[in-house]
Amino acid sequence: MIDAVDRAGGTGRLPAAFLTPGSSSFTEFLGAHAAHLLPGSRPLPAGSLPELPHGTTIVALTFKGGVVMAGDRRATMGSLIAHREIEKVYPADEYSCIGIAGTAGIAVELVRLFQVELEHYEKIEGALLSLDGKANRLSTMIRNNLTLAMQGLAVVPVFGGYDLDRGVGRIFSYDVTGGRYEEHDHHSVGSGSVFARGSLKKRWRWGLDSSEAVAVAVEALFDAADDDSATGGPDQTRRIYPVVAAVTDAGYVRVSEDEVAAAADAVTPRREEVDAR
Amino acid sequence: MTMPVYVSPEQLMKDRADYARKGIARGRSVVVLSYEGGIAFVADNPRALHKVSEIYDRIAFAAVGKYNEFENLRVAGVRYADLRGYSYDRADVTARGLANVYAQTLGSIFTTDPKPLEVELTVAEVMGRQSEDQIYRISYDGSVADVPGFLAMGGQADQIQTELGERWREGLSLSEALMLAVELLARDPNGGQPAELGAGQLEVAVLDRLRLRRAFRRLAGPLLERLLRSDDPTTDVPHTDDARPGLHDTLTGDDEEASTGALAEPPIVPPPVER
Repeated sequence: MIDAVDRAGGTGRLPAAFLTPGSSSFTEFLGAHAAHLLPGSRPLPAGSLPELPHGTTIVALTFKGGVVMAGDRRATMGSLIAHREIEKVYPADEYSCIGIAGTAGIAVELVRLFQVELEHYEKIEGALLSLDGKANRLSTMIRNNLTLAMQGLAVVPVFGGYDLDRGVGRIFSYDVTGGRYEEHDHHSVGSGSVFARGSLKKRWRWGLDSSEAVAVAVEALFDAADDDSATGGPDQTRRIYPVVAAVTDAGYVRVSEDEVAAAADAVTPRREEVDAR
Repeated sequence: MTMPVYVSPEQLMKDRADYARKGIARGRSVVVLSYEGGIAFVADNPRALHKVSEIYDRIAFAAVGKYNEFENLRVAGVRYADLRGYSYDRADVTARGLANVYAQTLGSIFTTDPKPLEVELTVAEVMGRQSEDQIYRISYDGSVADVPGFLAMGGQADQIQTELGERWREGLSLSEALMLAVELLARDPNGGQPAELGAGQLEVAVLDRLRLRRAFRRLAGPLLERLLRSDDPTTDVPHTDDARPGLHDTLTGDDEEASTGALAEPPIVPPPVER
């Protein structure tokens, strides 16, 4: 179905879409050649949807050297826990990351497509897209998913990256129509975001360094998990900790599990102190 | 009344082949050769219009002939590879598959289109061991050859190819491979003085065997100069990128010169992108 060979009437020759000059966008190419591979352009069958895994809380915040993004590890399906160690924060390219909340299946597909989109542009143009350019590309991709979103298959990402031109970390949030909003300082999406945002407001401050930023992110997720059943807290028994990523001028780095575990473990005694009576 | 002129198929194909060959022979050559730590690409091409480029994680592309024609094929190759990697898996994109579709495309254009493409392509994939490296050469008429270890394309391809056959061996270091390629590219086909080919006149790139994911890097600047000097101890490329923020498609060795003696920052290798 997807083989170039089959789609050219058996000649084996690359179809015209491959040889059309002009576009550096992989999604545009897919739209022209293999639209069925785009998440947004598949028709949904009639009828109501079964319960599907949903990803929950993502937090993102800026710090002195860039941006930190963290996501809990739980996916829920109604009141069930669908997955205990799903990863919801991904590198988009060397200088940006993306975190996803919403229908997990579509979200993961969207992330893969976005990763290919950025790398494809880089290879064809021999240049990196600007951070705004990447944020706008993501916007288009979310907008193309609107039909699915209307049926309840919404994906709400948060995009963060290091802006090489300005030398700062920046965060962008989206709505299901592809609306793109730049967030200052910090942001959170997903079911636990209300609680995470409250926590971020209290703990975030100007000029955090990277390890402080990791601690703030982990604590915000802790707070989200405290009040939102769909957000997974740090799981010491199974050693499942949030995925935390930092993007600086040195590129995307996934914060080591030990560092995240230490940050998570440091939250508990603080809370015990507060609750001690 | 004019009579339609009969042209035998043999003559027709021969004319087309001559036409394509002439076009290709006008350009300067490209040498592709496998070395201990990967595959090296060397082109006598000082311009920004690249003859060597990245296709996928472990696959690169080199071409000679008409720029607009092979550039179009390069983009098609990137689309093919990205589409395949996206719909199956990154591991399922192979040089052999790509060489096949290029061959089909060139062959079909050669026989059916009004004008054959005046290009010759190489698709190379770096593997775990040097003996497993794959280098395919695809001609204007769609014929493919699986080449062991080295090849030359373009203007003086035949002479360089013969000489490479005598002097290339498995286990060459990168700097030995580059110096050999540059020496052969600089030869005057008419037996005159060899041309001066410095780092600035060359387009050089490698597929680095030891890289985790994207293995393709261009070489330039002080690093390339050091590799091309026989009195310099540099024999291989660093396996981490330049520290300077930005696009990391080129290794220049600039920061090593700047920070001699000082302990450099630990290199940050981005983890492989989730599949």
